[in-house]
Amino acid sequence: MSIVSVQNISKSYWRDSLEIPVLSNISFEVPEGEFVGLMGPSGSGKTTLLNLIAGIDRPTKGSIIVANTDVTKLGESQLAKWRSSNVGFVFQFYNLLPVLTAFENVELPLLLTKLSKKERKEHVEFVLKVVGLADRIHHYPKQLSGGQEQRVAIARAIVTDPTILIADEPTGDLDKTSALEILNLLQTLNSEFKKTIIMVTHDPRAAERAHIIKQLDKGELT
Amino acid sequence: MKIPFKYTIRNLKTRRLTTALTVTGIAAVVFVFAAVLMMAYGIQKTLIETGSDDNIIALRKAATGEITSIIMVDQANILSTFPNIAKTSDGKPLVSKEIVAVINLSYSKKEGGMGLIAVRGITNAGLQLRPNVKLIEGRMFQWGSREVIVGSSIHKRFQGTNVGEKIKFGGDQWTIVGWFDAGGSGFDSEIWGDEIQLAAAFGYTGAYSSILFRLDRPDAFDKFKQEFEKDLRLQILDVKREKQFYAEQSEDMAMFIRILGIVVTVIFSLGAMIGAMITMYAAVSNRTVEIGTLRALGFRRRNVLAAFLVESLALSLIGGLVGLFLASFLQFFNISMINFGSFSELAFNFSLSPSIVISSLLFSVVMGIIGGFLPSVRAARLNIVNALRSG
Repeated sequence: MSIVSVQNISKSYWRDSLEIPVLSNISFEVPEGEFVGLMGPSGSGKTTLLNLIAGIDRPTKGSIIVANTDVTKLGESQLAKWRSSNVGFVFQFYNLLPVLTAFENVELPLLLTKLSKKERKEHVEFVLKVVGLADRIHHYPKQLSGGQEQRVAIARAIVTDPTILIADEPTGDLDKTSALEILNLLQTLNSEFKKTIIMVTHDPRAAERAHIIKQLDKGELT
Repeated sequence: MKIPFKYTIRNLKTRRLTTALTVTGIAAVVFVFAAVLMMAYGIQKTLIETGSDDNIIALRKAATGEITSIIMVDQANILSTFPNIAKTSDGKPLVSKEIVAVINLSYSKKEGGMGLIAVRGITNAGLQLRPNVKLIEGRMFQWGSREVIVGSSIHKRFQGTNVGEKIKFGGDQWTIVGWFDAGGSGFDSEIWGDEIQLAAAFGYTGAYSSILFRLDRPDAFDKFKQEFEKDLRLQILDVKREKQFYAEQSEDMAMFIRILGIVVTVIFSLGAMIGAMITMYAAVSNRTVEIGTLRALGFRRRNVLAAFLVESLALSLIGGLVGLFLASFLQFFNISMINFGSFSELAFNFSLSPSIVISSLLFSVVMGIIGGFLPSVRAARLNIVNALRSG
């Protein structure tokens, strides 16, 4: 059963009166619990496709169905609500809020839920333990290494138990050892916690962890 | 607001310099705003405290104050015979027929220049009608002599006003035999002497400036006034409670200061609001990726708008509190200005009231809302993808 269904997606940007096509008629399915790697050269439209699936951008044409919801038909507020419970984001540069501690960063998505303070605390402590940072709970991002920051970002991405995990070059800013740790963590989340992961990467070692590889070139699946 | 408040506060702490500069700008404007209101309130408070609710004052109709009022002796005598007027212990009506004139005196060497001082000729009843006036040093002037006592503000700020010194006015030398404290009221800015002596010196023969009296029952005023208005011989006079008279005296001055001060402050506030706006635009620009991240996580535009507006409000409120705190020290300062009603000097303290505190804080909050609104809207309207890419 597919958890993500991308159907005839096209996306163009307009620069003045010039239309710049980024994606053309993309269609594919992501089965539940899969680890999908999106690969391709720079400018091939990988991140754009990822953004469309994550509901932070809108296609020019086509539809994207995630867990039976057509995200292209949701309004601005509905989409924000949908993202908060269905999508976990892992960014290349971690995107942690520097003024908040690891705990507070991970707690952020839970502030959009109805969980009590106590329940939020339990959730945050659990996921920080999962990513191996139980002892760094009150550290600020600047007090953590790059690998640790990315692990906090992963904890933030999974704390709401989202339908899909979206990772955009999650090892792109890390050294070899840290990158390996992050890839192992993502693999564990996929294999043990059955998280569906869609990851954009240039790194062939990262791509090896994915079960399905989708290659994009000039906005088309190859 | 879903975005935690600590995010706002810690961001303010992080950019200490810009926060401090913005707070300083807002604090300066709130300081001026509060100072103007404190000044106007100080004048009102001083003048209102000058009057007593129990005392009634009679003046010529249309007179703007005692200095422009003339009551003829026969009118004063008729008024004294009205029923309901309280009596002294020896059975005489508790009525003080007084004259008020203005003289020039030199300020202390430190301040320089000359000031206009009200000189009040009073009677023994006048002293009884003002029990809050206490002699601090020296003695009371003797009736029938060229002696005077001076109010505490005059004693502190003008040359030659110590006990034993002489001042020249009305064509004669007057010996200062004491100085008094009137509890911070307008009487502290006056010189008092025997009404008969002063009337002769200033040429007030056959006339008075005002008549101060008390009724046998404080609640008898309305009835008294009805009787008073029926008397055709007194149609050119008007009576009112002393407190009301001084309250009216203070209105024009206080209004003038408020309008002038608020106009100036509003102009200043434009600068502070632009400062706050620049600070908030810079905050939005520096945190574009954070905004994109928050939006991607599911926070809505209104959450972002609220977070940045709260940040701007926090900045302005801190500025408001600092400005107000500094302005509160003005209460220790005593200044003087010309009372439009008496054309003479009135010394008063800046005075802080709960309504001034609330007005000043509201003013700072309004500056924060206006200054922070456009940057907050900009933050809320950022496109998520573009915001995330800007890193």
